[in-house]
Amino acid sequence: MIVENAFGQPQNVVVLGGSSDIARAITKRLCAARARTFVLAGRNESLLKVATNDAVECGATMVNTVLFDAEEPKYAAATVRAAFEKVGGPVDLVVIAVGLLGVQSSDEDSADAVMRLITVNFTWPAAALAEIRRLLVAQGSGRILVISSIAAVRVRRSAYLYSSAKAGLDRMCTGLAQSLEGTGVKMQIIRPGFVRTKMSQGLAEPPFTTGASEVAEYVMRALATGDVVNWSPPILRYVAFVIEHLPAVMWRRIADSKS
Amino acid sequence: MTETLIGWGRRTPAVATVRVLRSENDVARELASGEAMIARGLGRSYGDAAQLSGGVVLANRGLSHIGPIVEGTVTVGAGASIDELLARTMPQGWFVPVTPGTRYVTIGGAVAADVHGKNHHVDGSFANHVRSMRLVTPEGPFQLSPHDEPELFWATMGAMGLTGVVTSVELNLTRVETNQMVVDTDRFGDLESVMAEMRLRDRDYRYSVAWVDCMSPGTALGRAILTRARHAVTNDIERPRLDSPGSGRLAIPFRAPSGALNACSVRSFNELWYRRAPRREVGAIVPLGAFFHPLDGVRNWNLLYGKRGFVQYQFCVPEEHEDAIALVIERLARSKVPSFLAVLKRFGSANRAPLSFPLAGWTLALDLPVGSQRLPTLLDELDEIVVQAHGRVYFAKDSRLRPEYVPLMYPRLAEFLNVKSRVDPHTQLKSDLARRLGLVGG
Repeated sequence: MIVENAFGQPQNVVVLGGSSDIARAITKRLCAARARTFVLAGRNESLLKVATNDAVECGATMVNTVLFDAEEPKYAAATVRAAFEKVGGPVDLVVIAVGLLGVQSSDEDSADAVMRLITVNFTWPAAALAEIRRLLVAQGSGRILVISSIAAVRVRRSAYLYSSAKAGLDRMCTGLAQSLEGTGVKMQIIRPGFVRTKMSQGLAEPPFTTGASEVAEYVMRALATGDVVNWSPPILRYVAFVIEHLPAVMWRRIADSKS
Repeated sequence: MTETLIGWGRRTPAVATVRVLRSENDVARELASGEAMIARGLGRSYGDAAQLSGGVVLANRGLSHIGPIVEGTVTVGAGASIDELLARTMPQGWFVPVTPGTRYVTIGGAVAADVHGKNHHVDGSFANHVRSMRLVTPEGPFQLSPHDEPELFWATMGAMGLTGVVTSVELNLTRVETNQMVVDTDRFGDLESVMAEMRLRDRDYRYSVAWVDCMSPGTALGRAILTRARHAVTNDIERPRLDSPGSGRLAIPFRAPSGALNACSVRSFNELWYRRAPRREVGAIVPLGAFFHPLDGVRNWNLLYGKRGFVQYQFCVPEEHEDAIALVIERLARSKVPSFLAVLKRFGSANRAPLSFPLAGWTLALDLPVGSQRLPTLLDELDEIVVQAHGRVYFAKDSRLRPEYVPLMYPRLAEFLNVKSRVDPHTQLKSDLARRLGLVGG
């Protein structure tokens, strides 16, 4: 049963990866647009507490938390179920904002590190999506929003591990979106460019860098339009088109020039 | 059967199990299952009122029996449309007492929304003309009238189907001599003058409505076309006829591209519409259908709004806070959100129904294509103006109101909830709208 409205503004929300900067910015914006019940899932209790306080300050009336470890995809489904149960009613929106950038120069020679990066960025979200899909289809309504990345568009030397994991998730989501036609459930992804956050601290800022609040703003627009693929900022749609079609030689010179 | 249902604004689809009703017994049997459900007619409510995602939706169109007309009243199945009813009653010289802007609503839907028409200032809303009706609730069937079970009767009017399923309605009809209208049209250069005229002379006409331009710049803001009418009598016309409004209808063959309706194209349309109207015209003879249901000539005009669909925003404010009308129009114009000619109308007295929309004063209805990023916040701001003016928005049109505003806009909500808990103690009757607005629990 939906509680979301004509502009895709939800009332009951689950955020997986709820303590990330982008997730917190989205939570605040959703509160301002009438969301009231939140379940924030994350790995760090004290960070979740901060995110909870944000939400309450912005008008949420009920905020619960669930702890999980994105390196353990075996438990992804159980985490999703726990979050849905804590909502205690229909879930309008599930945001997946789970991610790990890693340090490629040290990660790329370690099987464990590579496994961790792929697991957190792709395997865990993929497993969670399977359970979310099942629960929302049974509910007959609801919406999934996945934070993808412009990195998913084309892999580059300096971040190929992160890029390829995001690409996997991104492509899975576009397929999932098609599979949901006629079920009453919507799947949307947003592909932000470089975002100034805890995760990206210390890295050089490429053009079209935004803050987390801007991403949240474009998420709200995406919810209103219902488009499957969305960009933050929107101009990246065209930038990405160019990136995708550049000859490899030129792409490498541009993409890896600064790293 | 599982189906995807959507409101007329095409914004919030819902997947639900649809079951077709053929008799009152069917309703009782469905309710006995204990599942959550809501009735649905022709799906003309704009938002999510006639759907329940993940639940059961009872299609009422099979309850379409229309009885004989006895002394100006007719007993009609809740699933019959006003169009079908008129096809039966017009040849005998009877018109419906109240019709909304479309004939394609069911009688059950007319009760659920307590619909109003261009004659509200004289005749009130649909409920005022219902002699009695059958309502099936989880606690059994009721025969309701203003005298038998008056509380439940009034609580059902405008309650969006949340007290039970209406199966049939005994309705008072209006005598007419022809199927034509005598229409006076006047153009006004600004909002103030059209409102003054309506305040002064609306009473002289049974039907009255104004189209207001909410996008024209500067002093032309709120310029309006006022049309007022009465039913034509035999003497008005050479060859009077009584057939019902024809059903020769065009169809939009495909969905228009999103964005076709933008600030620029809508402003041009409004300009043309305004210029097309005569400055003053008296006594024009116009067919019933063209006067009451101008959009019914195009079967699925809602597709003109493209993939993104549209929202309708209709509110009313009491007489003493009529300034809110101008304030809303000014705020809308400043936001540059495209809006088609808005419909302005004066309401007569409210009836006794706690959730009925109309209250003595003014109502304004706006059609707004979805797409402008400013629209969601703009409408939230308009809500605030409306609440401060002690007004309310219309549930049948709504798809985005904040739930906190419902008790402020409908201060008699508790009365409705009391009656509902009596006939539906386990809250079996619910809709997406009811859930979204907190009209029912979990």
